Amino acid sequence: MRMTSHPILSMVIGRIGLGLLSLLIVSLVIFFSVELLPGSYASAILGQTATPEAVAAMEEKLGLNQPAVLRYLAWLGGAATGDLGMSFAGRPVMTVLGPRLMNTVSLAAITALIAVPLAIMLGILCARFRGRFIDRFLSTSTLASISVPEFFVAYVVMMVLAVKLQWFPSMAGIRNSMDFGEQLYRMVLPILTLLLVILAHMVRNTRAAILSVMASPYVEMARLKGEPEGRVVMRQALPNAIGPIASVVALNLAYLISGVVVIEVVFVYPGVGQAMIDAVRNRDVPVIQACALIFATAYIGFNLIADIISIVSNPRLLHPR
Amino acid sequence: MDQSFDARSVPGRLTRALRLIGQAPLTAKFGMVVVAAYAFVAVFAPWLAPYDEVEVVSRIPFDGWSAEHLLGTDQLGRDFLSRLIYGARNSISIALVTTVISFVIGCLLGMFAALVGGIVDQIISRIVDALMSVPDLIFILMILSIFGSSIPNLILIIAILTSTRFFRIARAAALNVASLDFVEAAKVRGESLLWISVNEIFPNILPLILSELGMRFCFIFLSIAALSFLGVGIQPPTAEWGSMVRDNAALINMGDITPLIPAAAIAFLAIAVNFVVDWLLNRASGLNEEG
Repeated sequence: MRMTSHPILSMVIGRIGLGLLSLLIVSLVIFFSVELLPGSYASAILGQTATPEAVAAMEEKLGLNQPAVLRYLAWLGGAATGDLGMSFAGRPVMTVLGPRLMNTVSLAAITALIAVPLAIMLGILCARFRGRFIDRFLSTSTLASISVPEFFVAYVVMMVLAVKLQWFPSMAGIRNSMDFGEQLYRMVLPILTLLLVILAHMVRNTRAAILSVMASPYVEMARLKGEPEGRVVMRQALPNAIGPIASVVALNLAYLISGVVVIEVVFVYPGVGQAMIDAVRNRDVPVIQACALIFATAYIGFNLIADIISIVSNPRLLHPR
Repeated sequence: MDQSFDARSVPGRLTRALRLIGQAPLTAKFGMVVVAAYAFVAVFAPWLAPYDEVEVVSRIPFDGWSAEHLLGTDQLGRDFLSRLIYGARNSISIALVTTVISFVIGCLLGMFAALVGGIVDQIISRIVDALMSVPDLIFILMILSIFGSSIPNLILIIAILTSTRFFRIARAAALNVASLDFVEAAKVRGESLLWISVNEIFPNILPLILSELGMRFCFIFLSIAALSFLGVGIQPPTAEWGSMVRDNAALINMGDITPLIPAAAIAFLAIAVNFVVDWLLNRASGLNEEG
């Protein structure tokens, strides 16, 4: 700690190191859980009727006759350079997943761009008008949104906006040949569903972060000085609540991951989530591993960002003595 | 500290519990009534359902609502209402069994880790951390694709993953209790670790875990529904609410709300359980830091 010039730097570096370590552990879990497969997966590809010779030839072709540790290192090295091996269907995993990854990332990014400012705004409103109608309405809808399955929300949205009102297409099968406006138009329903699933939770957490700051003595002092309530929230509470807010927002984005899988399936959106479900049905192990690695990386990444933001935004660490 | 809690609990556990429920807020009472109604339907499904779970009763798939088939028929011409009722039994019982298994594993390991401490505690805690660093749904999908999705596999995988949450809470709560005199006394008496865990520690940490139990039940229930909806959970012909939505989803594009009924049934139960959990959490909020 004393060696580095700034305690924040060393804490952030330490946290990134921890993130990389957990990524390594996750990659171990993902790779070696496949080793538990009863029998080899060469026979799983070829089916029950395969001759032993065919299985042996397949194992040779897939490199399965090498020790698991060597295969793990090769897989990890490949993954780090963007090569995730061959799918059982015979195509490189990256050609299958690459365009889908772009689709999923754009879906998640657009959702986040809308959700984050909206959630913070509503959270501030809730904290400002604590106990009033908007506050109670949003706490109740949080309870509902953690209880309602994502596919229910998705189908209700589809039912109302696509089937009854016919404003949007019910299937979001976007293709590269479409122009951007058309793609965006087709993405409206999945984005709306994701927003509904995630927003109430984010608002509730933002509200809680602000309210915990509001309970501190200096806020009370500002009130006693006679500052109006709105100003107390914006000027006094908010700056100190930014760290906690940012970290709960990042955590909620991590929570978005399982929602993405279900919603991509409902709207037939060509993303990684749907690719993973297809791969699970076909038992296409390399694709499943790649998808799991992608999702786990995103998950760990969001958690990492949440932690780094809360470290960096801590004013006590910014001004070391 | 008064440790004679056995003597205190003698004047009627049941009456005290009833009095407690009487004091519950309206939302919690509503939640309990709904949960009881679901339990009733689940237990008496064979007597309540007009037709059999897997019996094809009509030649017309996706038939509309009629006097004969109140909610119409599904994609194979089975009675939708009957499958909905049997679905209550299957969905709830599987989620319940999973919750109980994960609760037992998580609590026992948590108390064990807290009591033994040292390197054993470290190893178990690090394994739990590793399991928790992959999103649950993704992990379950991966394992199911390897072992195949049968009901025992589903229960076991979800139970193990969920037990990590119980482990965290039970361990944290047990650490506070483990250093108290009555635990020391039991150790000195030469009681086994299991006996101490079950008889001395468990009753003292139960209030803290109770709300987590309800929350995890909801979570498991929703996970199983989501997996079945994705086609990798409970397999046909077993009636399950998530897969009923999936199988009949085509009706939604025709403006028919029937497939939404099982989904609404899932949501309604989860909301009811959460109402009860909310009340338990508020009651325990003085004790429970996990929130």
